[in-house]
Amino acid sequence: MQTAAATSYLHEPKGLKSWLFTLDHKRIGVMYLVAIMTMFLVGGVLALLIRTELLHPGRDIMGAETYNRMFTLHGAIMIFLFIIPSIPAAIGNFVLPLMIGAKDVAFPRLNLMSWYLYVFGALFSIYSIITGGIDTGWTFYTPYSITTGTSVISITTGVFILGFSSIFTGLNFIVTVHKLRAPGMSWFKMPLMVWGLYATAIVQVLATPVLGITLVLLILERLFSIGIFDPALGGDPVLYQHFFWFYSHPAVYIMILPGMAIISELVSTFSHRHIFGYKAIAFSSLGIAFLGFLVWGHHMFTSGQSETASVVFSFLTFFIGIPSGVKIFNWLATLYKGQISFKAPMLYTMSFLFLFTIGGLTGIFLGALSVDVHLQDTYFVVAHFHYVMMGGAVMALLGGIHYWWPKMFGKMYSEFWARIAAILIFVGFNMTFFTQFIMGTRGMPRRYYSYPSEFTGMHGFSSVGSYVLGLGFLIAVIYLIHSLFRGPVAPANPWGALTLEWQTSSPPPTDNFDYDPIVEHGPYDYDKIHVEPMK
Amino acid sequence: MDTTSTFWLPGQYSTIASDVDGLFYFIYWCSVFLLALVTAAMTLFVIRYRRRGKVSLTSGFTHNTSMEIVWSVIPTIPIVVVFMWGSKTFIRMHAMPGNAVEVKVTAQKWFWSFDYPDGASSVNELVVPVNKSVKLTMSSQDVIHSFFVPQFRVKQDVLPNRYTQLWFQATARGTYNLYCAEFCGKGHSEMLGKVRVVSDSEFVKWADEQNKPPEGMSLEDFGAQLYKTKACVTCHSVDGTAGTGPSFKNVFGHEVLLADGRRVMADENYVRESILDPRAKVVNGFQPVMPTYQGVIKDRQIDAIIAYLKTLAK
Repeated sequence: MQTAAATSYLHEPKGLKSWLFTLDHKRIGVMYLVAIMTMFLVGGVLALLIRTELLHPGRDIMGAETYNRMFTLHGAIMIFLFIIPSIPAAIGNFVLPLMIGAKDVAFPRLNLMSWYLYVFGALFSIYSIITGGIDTGWTFYTPYSITTGTSVISITTGVFILGFSSIFTGLNFIVTVHKLRAPGMSWFKMPLMVWGLYATAIVQVLATPVLGITLVLLILERLFSIGIFDPALGGDPVLYQHFFWFYSHPAVYIMILPGMAIISELVSTFSHRHIFGYKAIAFSSLGIAFLGFLVWGHHMFTSGQSETASVVFSFLTFFIGIPSGVKIFNWLATLYKGQISFKAPMLYTMSFLFLFTIGGLTGIFLGALSVDVHLQDTYFVVAHFHYVMMGGAVMALLGGIHYWWPKMFGKMYSEFWARIAAILIFVGFNMTFFTQFIMGTRGMPRRYYSYPSEFTGMHGFSSVGSYVLGLGFLIAVIYLIHSLFRGPVAPANPWGALTLEWQTSSPPPTDNFDYDPIVEHGPYDYDKIHVEPMK
Repeated sequence: MDTTSTFWLPGQYSTIASDVDGLFYFIYWCSVFLLALVTAAMTLFVIRYRRRGKVSLTSGFTHNTSMEIVWSVIPTIPIVVVFMWGSKTFIRMHAMPGNAVEVKVTAQKWFWSFDYPDGASSVNELVVPVNKSVKLTMSSQDVIHSFFVPQFRVKQDVLPNRYTQLWFQATARGTYNLYCAEFCGKGHSEMLGKVRVVSDSEFVKWADEQNKPPEGMSLEDFGAQLYKTKACVTCHSVDGTAGTGPSFKNVFGHEVLLADGRRVMADENYVRESILDPRAKVVNGFQPVMPTYQGVIKDRQIDAIIAYLKTLAK
């Protein structure tokens, strides 16, 4: 064992200031993790309030105007402040340089700046909550967003600032991957986590500016009535939808690609087996990143866009399903003839495989034009994107947090409680959202404060499911925080993994490695070498 | 209660519904098959290959090009079927029939109004003949709304300053729910209407009756009926509680405090103006959000509403 504790990045240097001005990617990653999980808590509490209001038709705990603000903030916070930055900025920041054997990211100061921009953007969003909230839905559709009296300008300014944070992180990762890989780490010896983050970074850099421009136009429309989106001034509200989804569809892949990247690591480590179809997985990430730019119009099949455009977008949409399906088959083939362990990260991996498959398959219903006409803007859509975003990206994030927790903090959490929480989250999630598929196909429109009484039973069941889900998260928060103070000390490589971050101490020293790492084997060569995991 | 609905889908009451549902179930069964395959493979592997004791070197089976090509190509076959089927029906949904009953639909916060070529009009109730194509030309007075009738499997956004079109042919008499499917503010979930499908003769009779009170009905009762059918009820209560707009209880013949500080008497002309030009005199404490009923309501109907208001102010 190395005597790493004295030199670990967590302990030296000391003091709040040393954190707030740190250039260490690991500390910035931890600061991101704290900020992002705080926003997840806020978004989650809003979700529970929404589900409580929906227990019965009509008023339960809040009025319609409050409800509209709640679901808008839930969406905006979860998308812009939680899922988009979650895996890249928190976990990616921490593990990317370690995985490629680098001392830090390429631009440490830019990295710190992106964290401050994130916090600044988050403060704008909180400001808009205090000054009356916003009731447009997270999509800010015009002309509603031009005419509503709520704080549209402050929250879109916040999202605009957050966009820069996202662009800077992406830029940083692209340069880091190109320039800072350790000797011997060729492109095809990079862990798939790195490939996933790289593909994500490309989308972040190319798509986010379009969101920024769109939001600036929206703000100008509100302030100066420039007449681009407002039909009363000759503008076109559907143009806004095109601009918005040109970013927000690729953004779906900013959210899910890093999740897929984590799953590739977990499935290999906990099967103790070489990943199956390495190149297919790596190239499918790039393929998804590219195709993701060509399908935005599938959000608009009933919007009044031309039928020809809808047919073309439907065609392209189906082709993005192929690379995602390929990944699922590759992960399954990795399990074949492995030596599978059921530690908490693996439970989340199995949750992901099941839930993301449902999320992907239900996307086919929505991509099929005639069926989408019936399902668009119903709870089916709500259920579909929660299966992809929460069943996919969030399950992967939870798996990733449990996987790298010992590396980040040098402590082990309670495996028993981690498994209980993973099971509760899986059960609660399906109760909450599978019910919503059924409501959607039966015609329950989304964003409804009240609803016809025939849906009361299913809304109630869904709400109870959300409480189970909430309980699972509460347990996770408790045992994870408990582990920081009372958890057993983690070894350098508790899972017997072969990627570079497990070869340095837990937690790593400030410069990541006590030696200059040289890459002599691939990240998944479980057929050639093996390291015994801890009991 | 609709007895023809299934676990997944509401009953089929338009000519395109069965086609949409056919594709729905095709995708559904393909998905069930694939999900079962993935779940079974995962379950089988994690049990069969669970870790027993210490780990050792594992299989070097790391890729197999022909296998990977096969599992990439085979799913594209049902995918192409789904694309073609979905597009074909979608194009049919958008090819407007030539010989159709035409109705102008106007959406506004938070009700629907329907205007028929012969001058009849209605609010929140679209009355159409059975087994006849109906073509809707729709526009919005304010934000984006969306016309959605689940039992017909039709939906189309309704935009301001632009017309969108939708057609359907109902296959059975009855009353079907009409929802607004695009978020439009406070009253979004209250923006509910009905589509009432009637026989040809009933349709003609209904259109005739629109402009006058039904035989033998008093003006007050007609007003009470209009209060509901013209959607006053969405925002104005009759029991004194404030909604989006002021209550109708004890308004007529009383003095009203306006937002600009003036006090006016709520007489016949005040009520008429408030219906036709709602923003001219806004009651203190309320937002000027009521749309105009100009063109939506006939003089005789305004008389009836005034008569009804008088009964509420005794």
